Amino acid sequence: MKTLITARGITKQFGATKALDGVDLDINAGEVHVLLGENGAGKSTLVKVLAGIHGHDEGTIEGRASLAVIHQELALVPELSVAENLFLNRLPRKFGFVDRAEMRRRAPELLERVGLNVDPNAKVRDLGIAQQQMIEIARALDKNAGVLILDEPTAVLTETETDRLLEIMAQLRENGVGLVFITHHLDEIQRIADRITVLRDGRSVGVLGPKATTQHMIELMVGRSIEEQYPRARKRPGQPLLRISNFTRRGVFRDINIEVRAGEVVGIAGLVGAGRTEVARAAFGVDDYDYGTVEVDGKPLPRNNVQAAIKAGLGLVPEDRKGQGLVLTATVGQNLELATLENRDAKRLTDVAGKLRIKGRVEQPVKELSGGNQQKVVIGKWLLADPKVLILDEPTRGVDVGAKVEIYELINRMTAQGRAVLLVSSDLPEVIGMSDRVVVMAHGRVAGELPKGATQDQVMALAVQEISA
Amino acid sequence: MTALNVRKYAPKKYLAENGALAGLLVLAVAIAIMQPAFLSAQNLLNVGVQAAVIAIMAFGMTFVVVAGGIDLSVGSIAALAAMVGALTAGPVGLVVGALCGLVNGALISYGKLPPFIATLAMLSVARGLTLVFSGGQPHETDELVSFLGSNLAPSLPLPLLLMLAFFGVTGLVLTRTNLGRRMYAIGGNEEAAKLSGIDVRKQKLWIYALSGLFAAAAGLVLAGRLGSAGPQAAVGYELDAIAAVVIGGASLSGGVGRATGTLVGALVLAVLRNGLNLLQVPPFWQQVVIGAVIALAALLDSLRRR
Ligand SMILES: Nc1ncnc2c1ncn2[C@@H]1O[C@H](COP(=O)(O)OP(=O)(O)OP(=O)(O)O)[C@@H](O)[C@H]1O
Ligand SMILES: [Mg+2]
Repeated sequence: MKTLITARGITKQFGATKALDGVDLDINAGEVHVLLGENGAGKSTLVKVLAGIHGHDEGTIEGRASLAVIHQELALVPELSVAENLFLNRLPRKFGFVDRAEMRRRAPELLERVGLNVDPNAKVRDLGIAQQQMIEIARALDKNAGVLILDEPTAVLTETETDRLLEIMAQLRENGVGLVFITHHLDEIQRIADRITVLRDGRSVGVLGPKATTQHMIELMVGRSIEEQYPRARKRPGQPLLRISNFTRRGVFRDINIEVRAGEVVGIAGLVGAGRTEVARAAFGVDDYDYGTVEVDGKPLPRNNVQAAIKAGLGLVPEDRKGQGLVLTATVGQNLELATLENRDAKRLTDVAGKLRIKGRVEQPVKELSGGNQQKVVIGKWLLADPKVLILDEPTRGVDVGAKVEIYELINRMTAQGRAVLLVSSDLPEVIGMSDRVVVMAHGRVAGELPKGATQDQVMALAVQEISA
Repeated sequence: MTALNVRKYAPKKYLAENGALAGLLVLAVAIAIMQPAFLSAQNLLNVGVQAAVIAIMAFGMTFVVVAGGIDLSVGSIAALAAMVGALTAGPVGLVVGALCGLVNGALISYGKLPPFIATLAMLSVARGLTLVFSGGQPHETDELVSFLGSNLAPSLPLPLLLMLAFFGVTGLVLTRTNLGRRMYAIGGNEEAAKLSGIDVRKQKLWIYALSGLFAAAAGLVLAGRLGSAGPQAAVGYELDAIAAVVIGGASLSGGVGRATGTLVGALVLAVLRNGLNLLQVPPFWQQVVIGAVIALAALLDSLRRR
């Protein structure tokens, strides 16, 4: 087998943090090499060193083959069109000007390849985050590089898109491309990996073969085993805390009725574009709606008023941490306290940061944290606010297996105290495993509701169902 | 290896946090070597007094810039406040300044105008009103306003003390109040601030009102020093105030900025002007040098951030 890139003894220091400590990595032609490790283990840093974005302090890298990288944080220009983003940097030209006709001709081909059905002239800003991720993938594929590195591309994707991506990766492997793949979804690893390098605290702690069991992976990665991945502790539900009735926004969602009782976790599943995030945002007062009511603990909320929603006891962890969740120019502590400025509590703040096992200091700029740890900060902000009803929109995106369980335990603690949780998630095992019942949305409508213990197939059957208008 | 890396990192970090201060020291030393008279107590006090007006204005601007905005109207508001103060009484000038700021804030948050346009309009309106009220003539200031520009004791100019007082207030507001925390949040990511329950529009009203108030105070200090309020007072001061804030390390894209930085930025401009005068650089050339220094300061800052 041909080795395309050989990295030996890579060490990288950020101030006092040793992000990488003598890591070895081989990237072979026709192989999918998975990087696995907890949040902050050094995976993204290793990718950035390979791509030449960060210099390294020690070690050697040989044979930098032509390299395409899909970074963990999206790198698209929101104000430009889909087509322009696809060809950014290498826009087709004619007589020195951008050749729009050529762009329009080639863009659909690229979108087709990743199975994305969007208008090439649409602005990227108006697309959902999963669609943006697919554009990023299409762009990287078009470079036809010898080595393709994918840093958590599936974190924001749903099953269908993930399947599509894994197919594409398998195809590239056939064609002799060397692939590096980072993900926190162990099932994906079992489906595609040829080799797994496990990182812990910047060190490579082992290389596993394709037959590795999830238990083995987890033990190597977090240094202990995890008994129960979805430790939902159910409680007898109390009075309704959140009631969304006849909720309608023309062209986006229609006739939504959802009730969440005290002590309950209700999941919302569905495909990308089913309108789940839109319902959550409108209920929280971020976006307007046409008809319907939102009641928290029996009191109706005024529309379009986030402050009133929060005062009534509602909270929302948004799906896009960089765009809507975090103030990247501020520190970890300043972000954590943002929803509780009126009654700050430094002790509880360090407490929550500790419970979430945020790897980083309270006074550290939040942009220096790894992706998964940034996500924990967004969740921590709302745990501190301790709302009666917390809406979580894709809360565990990019969070490692161990930390996910910590977050689930915190959800359990909330419901044990008589709070309620509305869990929007594209992670089917998560939404099924942690919810007491699952509402499935399709095409902006509620397609059905399933009790605890539903199967993934049942959820998917409802999610893809065509609803006559 | 570890120790080496830490050492490599430490001075860089120090510079990143105190770049403007280092620049100020280098500048002062260079001028002192060429013209030792720079270091006389009297001259240093002069520099402080000269810095005061721009500094007070720039402190107000710091709030706006940290919150991701810009205020082009501060020079005109200063002139209007001074003129109203001279024609009626000083405190009325302060109220007028704050009101102008409130109008800016309302246009920006409820009218959804870009800050650049809203405050550019105010720049013209406030200057025009100053001219209308003045009838084209300078007007003498009353005792209270003149007092603001006077010396408390032979070597204790009040403008200098006022500058330090405003510096203290600015530092407190930015670091110790919820309003300050919200400014950083709004400037860093307005959407995230909104989703965290911050009433962004209401905050912006206060922020621009504060900037108007600070500009008015600066205008009164200026008039007090000159003993009169002129229709063409403080023309172009908004640019000096913005320069002071940026030299001090604030980012025009919002979310970053500190009171100490702005103070140092205002001092850099004052030291530079004073030094160029002492060195008898012709006024036309002074403009060239000042522009070059501003560009250099901003350049160093962007290099440090790499
Ligand atoms: N620019 C930076 N400045 C300071 N520290 C940094 C910087 N970038 C990364 N780090 C630190 O390096 C460590 C490794 O981060 P990295 O982003 O590589 O983690 P990761 O394995 O990709 O985690 P995740 O699964 O959360 O994405 C973390 O402790 C992080 O805080
Ligand atoms: Mg990462």
